[in-house]
Amino acid sequence: MLLLLLSACGGAPPSSGDGVPTVRVGSKKFTESVILGEMVTQLARSTGSPAEHRRELGGTTVLWEALRRGELDVYPEYTGTLRQELLSGRNLTDDGALRTALAAEGLRLSAPLGFNNTYALGMKEAEAERLGLRRISDLRAHPELRFGFSNEFMDRADGWPALRDRYQLPQKDVRGLDHDLAYRGLESGAIQVTDLYSTDAEIAAYGLRVLEDDLHHFPAYDAVLLYRADVESRAPEALAAMLRLSGRLSESEMVKLNARARLERVPEAQVASDFLASALGITSEVHGEELSARVWRRTREHLFLVGVSLLAAIALAVPLGVLAARRPRLGRGVLGLAGIIQTVPSLALLVVMIPLLGIGSRPAIAALFLYSLLPIVRNTAAGLAGIPLEVRESAEALGLPSLARLWRIELPMAAPSILAGIQTAAVINVGTATLGALVGAGGYGQPILTGIRLDDVGLILEGAVPAAALALLASGLFEIIERAVVPKGLRLRAESESR
Amino acid sequence: MYELQDVSKRFGSTQALHPLSLRLPTGRTTVLLGPSGCGKSTLVRLLNGLLHPDTGRVLFDGKPLPLEGEALLAVRHRVGYALQGGGLFPHLTGEENVTLMARHLRWSSARTRERLEALVELTRFPADALARYPAQLSGGQRQRVALMRALMLDPDVLLLDEPLGALDPLVRHELQGDLRAIFARLRKTVVLVTHDLAEAGFLGDDILLMRDGRVVQQGGLADLEARPADPFVTRFIQAQRPLPGGGAAA
Repeated sequence: MLLLLLSACGGAPPSSGDGVPTVRVGSKKFTESVILGEMVTQLARSTGSPAEHRRELGGTTVLWEALRRGELDVYPEYTGTLRQELLSGRNLTDDGALRTALAAEGLRLSAPLGFNNTYALGMKEAEAERLGLRRISDLRAHPELRFGFSNEFMDRADGWPALRDRYQLPQKDVRGLDHDLAYRGLESGAIQVTDLYSTDAEIAAYGLRVLEDDLHHFPAYDAVLLYRADVESRAPEALAAMLRLSGRLSESEMVKLNARARLERVPEAQVASDFLASALGITSEVHGEELSARVWRRTREHLFLVGVSLLAAIALAVPLGVLAARRPRLGRGVLGLAGIIQTVPSLALLVVMIPLLGIGSRPAIAALFLYSLLPIVRNTAAGLAGIPLEVRESAEALGLPSLARLWRIELPMAAPSILAGIQTAAVINVGTATLGALVGAGGYGQPILTGIRLDDVGLILEGAVPAAALALLASGLFEIIERAVVPKGLRLRAESESR
Repeated sequence: MYELQDVSKRFGSTQALHPLSLRLPTGRTTVLLGPSGCGKSTLVRLLNGLLHPDTGRVLFDGKPLPLEGEALLAVRHRVGYALQGGGLFPHLTGEENVTLMARHLRWSSARTRERLEALVELTRFPADALARYPAQLSGGQRQRVALMRALMLDPDVLLLDEPLGALDPLVRHELQGDLRAIFARLRKTVVLVTHDLAEAGFLGDDILLMRDGRVVQQGGLADLEARPADPFVTRFIQAQRPLPGGGAAA
């Protein structure tokens, strides 16, 4: 298994390939950001600089932290997000103040790209017509309406709480959900009002009415490029090329591009490339990966995450399990701690890791490592505790020293239980590793993430099916390992007991 | 070989052993006899340091029994131990069970093989069954493996805790005969725990009848029958008399 893992991991860490890229571009996990990220990447490449695009990272903070730590050089951002969320304590009223504040962090802001993608509220056109709703303040008269907002909108300072206070909205049925699921919720009637972005492709596709922000609550969300100051000296030509995007993208242009990617399922790289060719006269080659090559690359990434985290977990958890069995009071503490780690939601754990470990495979491996501890520690301790008293007494009475008892008697006898724990950890790990895509670790989670975003079942299956197959494979592999590792005498006993 | 001085042991609120002083003479077989819970297993575990006394001390070969460390391991190498059911390691074959300590002490393979052959002959164990795992052995065979394991390092003392407890009567009877022959041949100091009066009389030079953590009477079986120290002794003997019409067990 080790050999297989190592060979599979040969080129796996996505960042340390041959030739370190001079420009590392990031994008958030929604289509518009991915398209902009693609444009920036292709513009940088057009000057001959090797550029890398880490697409669909899970959330604004992930990108912001990665940029500040120097793991990204540039990503598309919105002035409203910077003002209201990332630098919300500073009260930066104009773009000049914003630039000064960013400069203190070693960051620069491009001129606006041209469109304002602000928040808006929308509902089905027919329903809005029936209720006579045109403006957000009209909602006050209909307290029974069901609201469904993206989780980010529910939490952020300029989101739902501020909007509710500003307009004195009375609605009680308000829930948070994934932005991409909100449209389906509207369609099915589960929710009636949701938050939109003003450049969303779905506004036309789903026949939605955008309610007018008559009190001008939502601030401007002008799209900009946020980049590290050191790019100016490190890759001046690439930067100059990237900045050519400024002022080139109108709102209607962006809605069109979003619609091509989201509704017509044209790959973002192609959408970006076509736009660059027609608007800037830059031709860039988009080479799509074959399905088999894609799956194989993701398999390597996924195996890398699972393999490294699992091996590290085994190395720590088995000794911890032995300790827990020999010192029961300490053991309860160890098991309690591992149990608490297990209850931390995986997404939260991943995000907590980012300030410590940055983005990419490292935070994902650290999180998977922590999740793998509990099943292995618990099964090791249980396997050792399950050894019959007369066997333990016999080993002691023979005059075997403690370490020899552990090595010759206790660990071999606990082997089936320990292996079962590792097997559990491996299977859980294969599933949880799909979340690694949110922090740029790649793997099978990447197509699942993209598939959910684009509402593309085929793409979701492209990640989900290999992930399920890998889980089954891992499980089967451990059955084989069990045959090799569990002593014959123990298997005989199990057989005679089951007879 | 052993001397106990005011030794007592308590588990929680139960006084498993009241303060007790006695000598276990070298080269003799002493039987600890009594109903279950009388403290006989506790006593035998104090002799190889599996338990430590709350009060008093255990002298082995004139010196206090070490509490832990290398010194205790060295004592255990001189004290063989086998208990009910054998306590065999299920992941090792019969042979591996017997030779485990020899391997750990890095005996030469010739020395190990020679000793193993002697033990197989002594315990009348079928040599072709040595490669079997405990799950593949009969109850009597398991007990013989446990005995060989206890004797492997040629100890001075043999501690046997209900060695025949889990066996059916025929096998038990056969092993009792074999054990008596082995004890006679080896002339080791043997401490044997049993609740069976006939077995005690058959195997023991000296019997310690115990009840509720105290020794009620010490002596030969004939002493116990002829001069009971206590009504309990008489009751214990009568309870194990063969039923009318039955033959003597030994």
